[in-house]
Amino acid sequence: MTASRRAGAALLAMVGLVALGGSLLAPHDPGQQFADFSYAPPMALHLFDEAGQWRGPFFYPLRLVNRLEHRFEEDRSRPTRLRWTGTRRGRTSPEGPWLPLGADALGRDIWARVLLGARLSLGVAVAGAVAALLLGAAVGAIAGFNGGRVDEVLMGAASLVLVLPAIYVVIVLRAAMPLVLSPSRVFWTLAGVLAAAGWPYPARSVRAVVARERAREYAEAARALGADPSRILLRHLLPATRQHLGVQLTLLLPACILAEATLSFVGFGFAEPAPSWGVMLQEAAQAGALADAPWLLAPAAAIVISVLSLHLLAGRPSSAGLVQDKST
Amino acid sequence: MTPASVPAEIQDVTRGVVRFLLRRAAHAALLVLLAASGALVLARLAPPADAFGTDPAVLAAERHRLGFDRPLQEQYVAWLARGVRLDLGESLHFHRPVTTLIRERLGNTALLGLSALALATVLGIPLGVFTGSRDRGIFPAAARVASVVLLSVPPLVMSLVMVLIAARTGWLPAGGLPDIPPAAGAITAVALTVRHLILPAFALALPVAASLERLQSTSIRAALADPCIIAALARGVPRHRVIWRHALRLSLGPVLALYGVTIGAVLSGSFAVEVVLSWSGLGQLMYQALQARDLYLVAGCAATGSLCLAAGLFVTDLASAAADPRVNAAV
Repeated sequence: MTASRRAGAALLAMVGLVALGGSLLAPHDPGQQFADFSYAPPMALHLFDEAGQWRGPFFYPLRLVNRLEHRFEEDRSRPTRLRWTGTRRGRTSPEGPWLPLGADALGRDIWARVLLGARLSLGVAVAGAVAALLLGAAVGAIAGFNGGRVDEVLMGAASLVLVLPAIYVVIVLRAAMPLVLSPSRVFWTLAGVLAAAGWPYPARSVRAVVARERAREYAEAARALGADPSRILLRHLLPATRQHLGVQLTLLLPACILAEATLSFVGFGFAEPAPSWGVMLQEAAQAGALADAPWLLAPAAAIVISVLSLHLLAGRPSSAGLVQDKST
Repeated sequence: MTPASVPAEIQDVTRGVVRFLLRRAAHAALLVLLAASGALVLARLAPPADAFGTDPAVLAAERHRLGFDRPLQEQYVAWLARGVRLDLGESLHFHRPVTTLIRERLGNTALLGLSALALATVLGIPLGVFTGSRDRGIFPAAARVASVVLLSVPPLVMSLVMVLIAARTGWLPAGGLPDIPPAAGAITAVALTVRHLILPAFALALPVAASLERLQSTSIRAALADPCIIAALARGVPRHRVIWRHALRLSLGPVLALYGVTIGAVLSGSFAVEVVLSWSGLGQLMYQALQARDLYLVAGCAATGSLCLAAGLFVTDLASAAADPRVNAAV
């Protein structure tokens, strides 16, 4: 394992932990609105006071200076010790909330929303990628195992879906469903749509492996011993594809994360007030908001970090992959 | 030279290439047909938006006029029959012919997509040769890091960053098409267009450039291990000449073969860029059409998009065949 892959794995583990432990790390409820904190800037965490004396973690509460211009000022006279509430039900201190990544237009804690949004955005990406993997593996196995006509038809369909621009496939599929759905229905609809657009990638990879392996001696031996086709496929051939499936997953996940963000961004995915990363970016794109409140791009950073960890883990393309792609 | 004097082997290769291209053309036509039909059927299956406060009689008359009271297959066949005459119907949302709307927008997307593709190629391919032919050193390492980071910044995020940069610095317009005064000369028009094009083109091109860099880097590494390259180096041909002349040519084959996928990525990415930076192209039109459940416009956009894609793939195939006439053996 190279250094960059180790870095990717570490980053991915961090992203995963943050996504799972979001409710422990988030200081506030993602829906809680702080009335006087619309577009409040990020609040730095201090360890030393102005005299250079160690004080432990604390922050200076913000004071609203101008409501119309969303101007705030640090209240240096009241350093407030950070209390680790550890729950989302955290009672806010009378000095006001600590907003490490600032607040959005409604005065909601962006840090809490990014953390809790990870569950929606990454959750739907994982569900979609795993579903695409299973569907693709099934199609690829059937095509590779049967060969002939079945193989031709299935792989023809796969290569058709493959060349279409993925975002359009996903958006047209999503647009064919009712626009307004409950968040949990949106979750499973999106996962299904991602699977429908993503299956050809693992299908081609699995098909290539199964078609090669089924001519090997061990598969012949199993057949000669009277094993039925499903046993040969499940017990002997599919285990050979494990490594390829892992690689495919690291390639599918970034695409799924991006697809969720794009869909929610244009209004075909999650909707307010669900704190998905795409939904949050929608607010950032509103005219003028970004120039005055660049911290609205925090979910974009979260997307980049997640995708980067997966790209690092996948490593650079190998020349074997290049040749394999060329032959199709 | 008469065909008879051509050696049989070369004749075979030529015939193979022609057969390969014909098959690819048929594949492209099928792609366009399936994409457009799929989009039409899916858009028709979508539950219709509510028409609040409309007189049911008016609604029924309008549905009849547009052919929505007929069964799906009848509507589809009628659309197909008009489609072969290049009449894609009338947009329900804009009340204008679909072909006119598409003609207006297609040029913008083509301009954005082609400049991004050119930019990505100019940035990505030389950088890939550079990183692929050197193992040690701070510059190749830095280029590799930059490439993986850029690869991870999707066009959606990149265009938002561009909006931020434009808003903060005011150097370049933050989006939209140039508003060229009719009296302006050609130079002013080009300058205005380029000024408006820079941010969207970079937002679209940078991730694509990064993926091209990675591809080219791997490919040139494989090419440098090829016996003919080792032989050239052993004969004392200068290394940079071997790399940029011989190995580059050898390595372009696999990269060209995957160029078609890049075209798909550019089309995908241009959707986000067009929506964020309000570049009124095909992607934005498709988005408006889907939101308005504008059946014929959705199908028309899908047909045009897949036509562009198919044309791009076909050109890629031509280039592959030109670079290496043995392609037909591989397919």
